[in-house]
Amino acid sequence: MKQFLFFIQKEFYHLLRDKRTLFILFGMPVVQIVIFGFALTNEVKNSRIAILDQSKDEATASIIQQLEASQYFDIEKNLQSEADIEPAFREGKIKLVVVFPSQFQSTLLHTNSSPIQLIADATDPNVANTLTNYASAIILDYQNNIRGNQDFPYTIQTEMRMLYNPQMKGSYNFVPGVMAMVLMLVCAMMTSISIVREKEIGTMEVILVSPMVPLRVVIAKMVPYLLLSMINIGSILVLSVFALDVPIQGSLLLLVFECFLFTITSLALGLFISSITNSQQTAMLISLMGMFLPTIMFSGFMFPVENMPLPLQVISNIVPAKWFYYIVKAVMIKGLGFFSIWKETLILAGMTTMLMLISIKKFKTRLE
Amino acid sequence: MKENFAISVRELTKRFNDFTAVNAITFDVKQGEIFGFLGANGAGKTTAMRMLCGLSFPTSGQAMVAGYDLYQDAEKIKKSIGYMSQKFSLYEDLTIRENIRFYGGIYGLSDHEIKTKTETLVHQLHLEEQVNKLVKSLPLGWKQKLSFSVAMIHQPKIVFLDEPTGGVDPVTRREFWTLIYEAASKGTTVFVTTHYMDEAEYCDRVSIMVDGRIDALDTPLELKRKFNAPSMEEVFVQLARKAKRAE
Repeated sequence: MKQFLFFIQKEFYHLLRDKRTLFILFGMPVVQIVIFGFALTNEVKNSRIAILDQSKDEATASIIQQLEASQYFDIEKNLQSEADIEPAFREGKIKLVVVFPSQFQSTLLHTNSSPIQLIADATDPNVANTLTNYASAIILDYQNNIRGNQDFPYTIQTEMRMLYNPQMKGSYNFVPGVMAMVLMLVCAMMTSISIVREKEIGTMEVILVSPMVPLRVVIAKMVPYLLLSMINIGSILVLSVFALDVPIQGSLLLLVFECFLFTITSLALGLFISSITNSQQTAMLISLMGMFLPTIMFSGFMFPVENMPLPLQVISNIVPAKWFYYIVKAVMIKGLGFFSIWKETLILAGMTTMLMLISIKKFKTRLE
Repeated sequence: MKENFAISVRELTKRFNDFTAVNAITFDVKQGEIFGFLGANGAGKTTAMRMLCGLSFPTSGQAMVAGYDLYQDAEKIKKSIGYMSQKFSLYEDLTIRENIRFYGGIYGLSDHEIKTKTETLVHQLHLEEQVNKLVKSLPLGWKQKLSFSVAMIHQPKIVFLDEPTGGVDPVTRREFWTLIYEAASKGTTVFVTTHYMDEAEYCDRVSIMVDGRIDALDTPLELKRKFNAPSMEEVFVQLARKAKRAE
């Protein structure tokens, strides 16, 4: 036991003396939360649009006013002719042009129908889609207003409610994602590097000649990163609650427990990486390419897994981060209890146990 | 196998797939002896040494180290041997004191033992002023000497040194060998590999490995006489030339 404590103490010396790495490890989650929370967002707001109003009547003025009033659009300029449309897009600032034909209001009143053209810059298809939807909704709104108290025999009213995230904030989605990313990076990468470094400098050999049991070496290597990760989880949660207003709906204890479990998973992955390589560079590359990228791509945090082709969906199941992401969303955002996520927890625990067993076995045999 | 041998090896073999790195070597090392383990690069020295330290599992053959069977009592062997690897094996980002404390700790020394050990060791190496400095600030020669002292911290019966003086200047090498003699005079068996033939002359007995086999084993004096050579260097070159195995 005492050997073990000596070993952990040594690991902390390594960690605390490498100020630059330490700074990155503690700073990274904060920076990521801030970047994702305030800078990167897939919400569309204040998009610059242009209007080509060839009618200039009461109806068009009213629609334009409503477009202007919405938080989604900023009217950048008023175009004079159709020839201006193309140059406006080429400048690159304008994402959408709303074209009213001449005689808009009178056509509408006399024939009961009048067209409006929406032209969007589809170099970013998602944004184009969102913008045209927003604009259509505003126009539809106007139509409903002028219809006023005319009685229609049938009306269907859609009533929407955004469950769990009424303000449709992107942060609800990425806080769990950032947690998965940070844990993966801190645990998998740092553990593998710290073990491989000892192989590189030759101290691992000396340790293995000593009476120290290999299993204890492995655990002692993991403890500091486990601690560091829990601190990181704490800072991410504090930041997301107080800076981003993302509440923790479910049990905090359950959330911490699940984070703990995923930390162990990541540590096991790190150990696994260290058992298949002997150089720090390779360990870092494998961690980044083999662990970090799949975490981003397949956890569902950047790209929805449901929309992927079937083979990729199947692959995504072996990415531990996917299950963790699901669990954190369920507990933190939806406020679900353990009974709703026991299956996912079991899968994660199973993966962890398997990885741990394989890596420890590999760690030992490699040294023989 | 007799009890009074520190190391006793019979037909020890290590194969990696088709390649026989160590081919049925047999030898004994007496207690308190300085045993030079020589051979060209790739002759199998390091593999043989790794097997004796428990870092590598033999394919076949028998070995007793410090009176314990290599297969049965690997854990007891670990407690009785010290090891200094080819690569420099101290932590550069730890101070001298912390390095001593760590290695003392993993060999199960008590706090008190570690403390007195640190004092004597630091005094012996004249490192009083540097004891709280990071190891990376030390010159290579001192690092090697410190490394050796740390490998001896738990007073092992046998110490294995894998090319301990690589890249060190002649003066430091001489000082290093003073440390080895001191250890041997206190009864520690020293098992050392080296490429320096002047160092081979310092050993009590020397074995020379060629292509995984031990081709010669005797005192340096006897070997020179047998091969009719003026120096150990000449003996070594005569033997190493017979090697067929590429590096």
